[in-house]
Amino acid sequence: MADASVSPKDSFHLSQLIYDSRYRSLTIQTVAMMLLMLGIGWLVYNTTVNLAALGKDISFAYLWTTAGYDINQQLIPYTSQDTHARAALLGILNTLLIAVLGCLLATIIGVFAGVLRLSKNWVVSGLMTVYVEGFRNIPLLIWILIIFAVMTEGMPQPRDFRPDENGVAEASMILWNTVAVTNRGVFVPRPVWGDTAWVLGIVLALSIVAIFAVRSWARKRQEATGEQVPVLLIGIALFVLPTVLAYFVLGRPVTFDSPVLGGFNFQGGTQLRNSFIAIWLALSLYTGAFIAENVRGGILAISKGQSEAAFSLGLRPNRTMQLVILPQALRVIIPPLISQYLNLTKNSSLAIAVGYMDVRSTLGGISINQTGRELEGMLLLGLFYLIASLLISSVMNVYNSRVKLKER
Amino acid sequence: MNKTILLGALTVAGLAAGAAAAGTMDDVKARGSLKCGVSTGLAGFSAPNANGVWEGFDVAVCRAVAAAVLGDPMAVEFVTTTGQTRFTALASGEIDMLARNSTWTFSRDTDLNLDFVGVNYYDGQGFMVPKALGVSSAKELDGATVCIQTGTTTELNLADFFRVNNISYEPVPIETNAEAQQQYLAGACDVYTTDASGLAATRATFEKAGDHTILPEIISKEPLGPVVRHGDNDWGDIVRWSLHALVAAEEYGVTSANVMELAAAPTDNPEINRLLGTEGELGAMIGLDKEWAVRAISAGGNYGEIFEKNIGEATPIGLARGLNAQWTDGGLLYAPPFR
Ligand SMILES: N[C@@H](CCC(=O)N[C@@H](CS)C(=O)NCC(=O)O)C(=O)O
Repeated sequence: MADASVSPKDSFHLSQLIYDSRYRSLTIQTVAMMLLMLGIGWLVYNTTVNLAALGKDISFAYLWTTAGYDINQQLIPYTSQDTHARAALLGILNTLLIAVLGCLLATIIGVFAGVLRLSKNWVVSGLMTVYVEGFRNIPLLIWILIIFAVMTEGMPQPRDFRPDENGVAEASMILWNTVAVTNRGVFVPRPVWGDTAWVLGIVLALSIVAIFAVRSWARKRQEATGEQVPVLLIGIALFVLPTVLAYFVLGRPVTFDSPVLGGFNFQGGTQLRNSFIAIWLALSLYTGAFIAENVRGGILAISKGQSEAAFSLGLRPNRTMQLVILPQALRVIIPPLISQYLNLTKNSSLAIAVGYMDVRSTLGGISINQTGRELEGMLLLGLFYLIASLLISSVMNVYNSRVKLKER
Repeated sequence: MNKTILLGALTVAGLAAGAAAAGTMDDVKARGSLKCGVSTGLAGFSAPNANGVWEGFDVAVCRAVAAAVLGDPMAVEFVTTTGQTRFTALASGEIDMLARNSTWTFSRDTDLNLDFVGVNYYDGQGFMVPKALGVSSAKELDGATVCIQTGTTTELNLADFFRVNNISYEPVPIETNAEAQQQYLAGACDVYTTDASGLAATRATFEKAGDHTILPEIISKEPLGPVVRHGDNDWGDIVRWSLHALVAAEEYGVTSANVMELAAAPTDNPEINRLLGTEGELGAMIGLDKEWAVRAISAGGNYGEIFEKNIGEATPIGLARGLNAQWTDGGLLYAPPFR
């Protein structure tokens, strides 16, 4: 210590870089940085050398050549004569479909299970505990395979729906002959939009605007007079009645194309393939279990005093949950929810296990395999997941900052 | 000083990279075993038997090469590959050679930087359907659900066939033959399509094989053969000529039973003598000893023996020689001269 006062400048030793606390962190950082650069440099160099040794170049031109393979689930038109780029786009859309539907269903399941797990009724809370623990502690891949196996092995084949000589069929459609559950997927009616169907859309949009108007009017009224309006009932009525009325007034502009058995399979309607159902349900149930825990944790984080205060003001338990607990709990729930959404989106690449044609299967699977462009395909695939994740987290962060405690 | 470290590291990396690309034979010898890529399990072609020993028509090629190079047909490490992983496994050096029902195509041979060293089975793509469907031609399959293995020529041929015939289908992409079999038997697809030999092999494992029929149409040419990396020609030569040795042995009547006797002393057929090393220095030309072909043939017999034992008419798979007969019997097998 005493040395420090004796002018250190004229006696600078190399060893000071390590032993002198003024320089040490700088030294460590410099060395770490150099090692990192060296590591990256080595990776890049090694890749180029090895690719050259294999006689391979890096080129993305293959994206514009004919893909040559077919894709079963098509959100936009596609034939085997289209390019690899379009096949990749189809895969991206299929991934996004699973991500969006999965996040929606997982949130619904998670919120219900999380709230119900806190129920005073031990049967309900016990069931929810079983659900949460069962799904959290068994790998996702196994759930995907279980659901897929149940669908393919347990459900009847399309030809079982065909009546035999005596007019009896082994299996029959459900819900008034509109839905067929088969081992190739679930066939549901597909809406066919008539010429005037757009009017219905406008009516529905107007109803929604009206619902918001009623809600804010009701809130103002309650603040002014203390009287409550049954907003929920009015809301439901507003949502359903005008559209249904318009539907009949316009002479049913929307019809439903139900699946019918023909040839090898059901024709018409929309086919929800087994691969889609398996990956969708498994992802939702699995992620839902984690969300349920976030929700439960969020609710428990709100001090008991809050609900006691609400009860003493005469609020019933439901309203307490709705008006006092949940709005505060959301602040705790949302940040981990973002990472659950990210997990779900990335986990959707497990679709490979059941042959769901997501972006991993097209861009990162068949296209790579048919063209030999492993590095390019994997880079693009990584880029896609990166962008998707960044988008999801930025959207959720915007929402998070809106529900955050407003500090004034 | 830091620059020297960097350069040093780069040189080492460069050397390591260079070494991985060439000298497969040295690697195999140093390791004492051959890493051979095979399918995940296709009866008759490559599948482990009850004792866990790999057997089959493709496996026999690996064993012949191991016998020629290492002197021990059992010195093979089998690496299972799917349709999607096989070429990457080969290109990355995870395996030394691939014998997995792989079709020789232009782009695989050139763009994928692989070398097909020959053909061990001339095949074509077919369709299998349950007899109960009452289908007798592939053209009647409009609207059918079809199971296909992804990453294969099969899926490309299938797309072409249905497009050209203007009929539609619903593809069910599947990773391995075992999964395809399960889906097909569960009725999740109406049709299973792959190489006709693969269909026969798959059907042979069914409980009620008689309930399924293979449609008459063969919609493609599928010359299946062993594959090595492009660029290591010495290694390619060894695999190529090991295969030719098996074919030539059948042509000249050299079998696993008489090969030792024929190799003991020169016979009056010079071609046999050169093949078995009692005359000439053919082995040295590919960096092996004189008896390399003797060992390759002793491993599992000549081509005909391997065929009959694994997939021939006496086996449950019951394939006829057809195109895979010797040229002298009207088939396509034609080994170049050993001289
Ligand atoms: N010959 C075609 C298809 C090869 C192929 O995948 N064959 C199937 C059936 S013949 C197979 O070997 N499957 C075994 C496995 O799934 O591991 C190709 O090279 O692309």
